[in-house]
Parts: sequence; C-alpha cells; structure tokens
Amino acid sequence: MIKRKLVGLFIAVALFLAPVVGTKAATPDHAAPSEEKADAPFDPTELIMHHVKDSHSWHLFDLNGHAYSVPLPVILWTTHGFVVFSSSEFHHDSEGKVVVQRNGMSFVNHHEKIHFAEEGENHGTLIDVSITKNVASMLFVAVLLLLLFLSTARFYKTKQAIEKAPSGLAGFLEPLILFVRDDIAKVNIPAKQVDRFTPYLLTLFFFIWLNNMLGLIPFFPGGANVTGNIAVTLVLAVFTFLITNVNGTKDYWLHIFWMPGVPIWLRPVLAIVEFIGLFTKPFSLMIRLFANITAGHIIVISLVSLVFVFETVLVSPGSVLLTLFISTLELLVAALQAFVFTMLTALYIGTALESHDDHHEEEIEHAH
Amino acid sequence: MDLVTPGFGLIAWTTFTFLLLVALLGKFAWKPILTMVKEREASIDMALKAAHAAKAEMAALHSSNEQLLKETREERERILKEAREMREKTISDAKSAASSEAAKVLETAREQIHNEKMAAMTEVKNQVAQLAVEMSERILRAELQNAAAQKAMVDRALQDVNLN
Repeated sequence: MIKRKLVGLFIAVALFLAPVVGTKAATPDHAAPSEEKADAPFDPTELIMHHVKDSHSWHLFDLNGHAYSVPLPVILWTTHGFVVFSSSEFHHDSEGKVVVQRNGMSFVNHHEKIHFAEEGENHGTLIDVSITKNVASMLFVAVLLLLLFLSTARFYKTKQAIEKAPSGLAGFLEPLILFVRDDIAKVNIPAKQVDRFTPYLLTLFFFIWLNNMLGLIPFFPGGANVTGNIAVTLVLAVFTFLITNVNGTKDYWLHIFWMPGVPIWLRPVLAIVEFIGLFTKPFSLMIRLFANITAGHIIVISLVSLVFVFETVLVSPGSVLLTLFISTLELLVAALQAFVFTMLTALYIGTALESHDDHHEEEIEHAH
Repeated sequence: MDLVTPGFGLIAWTTFTFLLLVALLGKFAWKPILTMVKEREASIDMALKAAHAAKAEMAALHSSNEQLLKETREERERILKEAREMREKTISDAKSAASSEAAKVLETAREQIHNEKMAAMTEVKNQVAQLAVEMSERILRAELQNAAAQKAMVDRALQDVNLN
C-alpha cells in the first residue's frame, strides 16, 4: 500500500516537474553570458560542466542578458586569517578578471576557483572554505532533514505513540525508517550490534536521498549537484570506511591478513588482495554515487540543451518529453543510489562484525 | 579532471554537516523514534501473544464444556437406563411377588377348602355315625320289644363271641 503510494508520489512529482523542466528550456542556464559571447556558438559542454561543478554563487536565471543569482559568502583561510566577503563582489565573473581586495590581498575567481590576483604573489596558503552552491544546498537539506525528523520524533515522544498507528508525517516516514532498519540494517548486521549502526545508516540514507532529490529540482533551492560531487561522496565513503574498520573484529582482520582455510603459500597473496579490497570498497561507493548522480544531471541538461544546439524551438517537445522521461528515471535513481550506498555500507559493517566461529572449529578439526 | 578532484572546502563542510546530522538526528530523532517503534512492536507482540493465549484458553474452555456436556449426556443416559432397568425390575418384582402371593393365597385357599372339606366330612361322618347309632338304637328298641327276640339276639351274639 505504502509502496503504491510512493510510486504515486513519484509520478506526481515527476508530472509536477515536467513543465518546470520545460520552462527551463526557455532560459539557458548560463552563469555569466558576457556581452561579447552572446553571439558565440552555443557550447553545451561548458554549460553542462558549469552546472555539474560547484559554484560560488547560486545562479537563478538570466534576464535581458543579466544574470541573477543568490550571492553566497566566500570564506578564505589565508596565512593572515579568515577573509570573508560576498560572492557578488566578483560580479558574476569567473574568468579571473574582477579583482576583490581584502586585508591587503587581492583575489580573483577563475573558473570557480579563488586565486590570488597576481601570479607569483606570495601570500602563503589560500584555502577556500566558502559556502558554495553545494554547501548551501547541503545545509538546506540538513535543515530540511532536521525539520522533518525532529517534528516526526515529536509524535514518538508522546505516550499515545505506543498504542496508535502513526499518522501524518510520521505515517509517511515510519515505513521508510522501518525499511532502512529492517531491510538494510537488520539483514546485514548481526542482531546484537545492529542498534548501534541503525542511526548512522538512517542518516546516511535520508541524507543521500534528499540531496539526490533536491538536485533534481531544476530551480532554486534545488538543482545543486551535491551528491554528484566527488568531495561529498568521498566524505561519505570515508565515514563508511572508518566505521567499518574501527569496528572490525579479530576475525575480520584475520580474514584479511591471514585467511584461514587456504594453503599457506596463498595467504600472502590473498592478504594483498584483501588489503587492496579494504580501499576499493569505499572507493567504489564514492565513484558509484558520484557517477550516477552526475550522469543524471548531465543527461538532463544535455536534453534541455538540444533546443539551443539546434537553435529551434521545434525540438522542444522532444526535448521536454525526453527530459521528463529521464527526470522520472532519475527519481528512481535518486532513491536507488541512496539505497545502494546504505545497503553496501551495512553490508561492509556486517562483514566487519561477523565472527567466523564455525570456520575456526573446522580448521581446528582439520589440524588434529 | 576538475570534476574528479575533491575540493577541500566541500570536504570540510560535508564532514561538518554530516557529523552534525548524525549527532542531532541520532539523539533527537532516531533514538526516540526507534525506541518507541521497538516498544510498540513489543506491545503488539505481547497483545498478539495474549490474544493467542486467550484463544487457546477459549478453545480449552470450549473443549472442557464439550467434555462436560458429553459427560452430562452420558450421565443422563446412564440414569435413564438405570431408571428403565429399575422400572422393569420393579415391575417384574411386583409381578413375581404378586404371582407368588396369588399362589400362596390359592394354596391357603386350597388348604382351607381341604380342611373345610375334611371338617365337613368328619362332621358328616359323625352325623352319620350318630344317625346310625340312633337308628340302631331305635331298631334295637323295636326289635327287642318281645323277650324272644331278645333271647335270640343274645344267643346270636354269644354265638358270635364263641366263634371269635
């Protein structure tokens, strides 16, 4: 029943998105089309790469050749302390032309990377910790998650929750929470320890899913390619890596470095393979999420760009229909990738916690 | 290449945000939700178990009722059978008693009749004897009116005695 409802919701959202994506086709998502470039041939690669990558300002739309965007704070850590200024001071420039001066240092935005204005100017370190579009989107998701689940939790803090079926928001979210708990956590992690990891898995699942979903909304405050950014997936994969290996049992490490039950000469070889496996597992997690989400974004923008590539509005029906199809597919991918990431995380944690008592008994029996 | 080069800023912010989320959601959302769900599941479990127990109890009660009913029916049958037997026995007893009584009465009656008959016979015999004696007396008296006859008679009697 709930699943049918969810499918219905997906379809409803997809239908809701369709006209939006369509209107988006009418305005090119180009951050700063400079005047002289207006007549230059349309370059979809640049547009796509611009969208897929992070940005220091949140572009909303172009009107009469002017780009309108939400300015975001640029935060720079330099040898002379923190430097904070608004991204609007670059005036939509990402060609490294507009120079912003602060604390006796001058900065330029060159392809969304902040550099010292003068080449070779030695001001020491320059670390960019700006609230970029992705950071802002992620913080928005964080606030959304907190609002959603803290208000849901309110229902569960009342005494009546024990005898009443969840209704409203709790009724919608509880099946999802139970899905993560029962079908992701419980099936992979030994029952004794599963409660320790369920909160992490829940946070991971909803964080990825909501970020994926928000990325599919083509206008502010959505559209940022957060989970399609390798930095984000890297952090999530590292968390999984750390949790997995910090909780690894003696058996787990034994199975990596001195695999029981195989010939002695094979064990060092296996140790090398298993050791590499330690890192390939989270690496695959990182790449899978990054690639899937980025690919989705690239396809959607490519399809929207068809109108500008062919320079005719006649392509728009096909473009819109294809975009609708892909967007719907992406809704599925958004949930699926969140599920896959969480599932594999649970699987890795489960493997690390497993103790192979029976294997050892076998081994001892063989030894005698 | 830019696409697959993680930026430090985003790494830092993601780490910060995600850790914050894990901590806040873990403490204020997942804990109460999961605890309550677990409690609810336990209470549902308990309610189900109680329902099952009640059902089993009902079944047991039902079967014991059945048993009781069966026993009662058997008891009734038994009582009825006993009553029937008792009746038959009483009737047959009564019959046999009556018939024996009747036989006894008959016997008594027969005896009485016999006795009466005997008594009557004795009476008749006595009467006849009396009559015979009286008749003989009269006949003797009439016979013995004259002396010759008396003498003849004595002679005869004496003759008889002699012969004896």
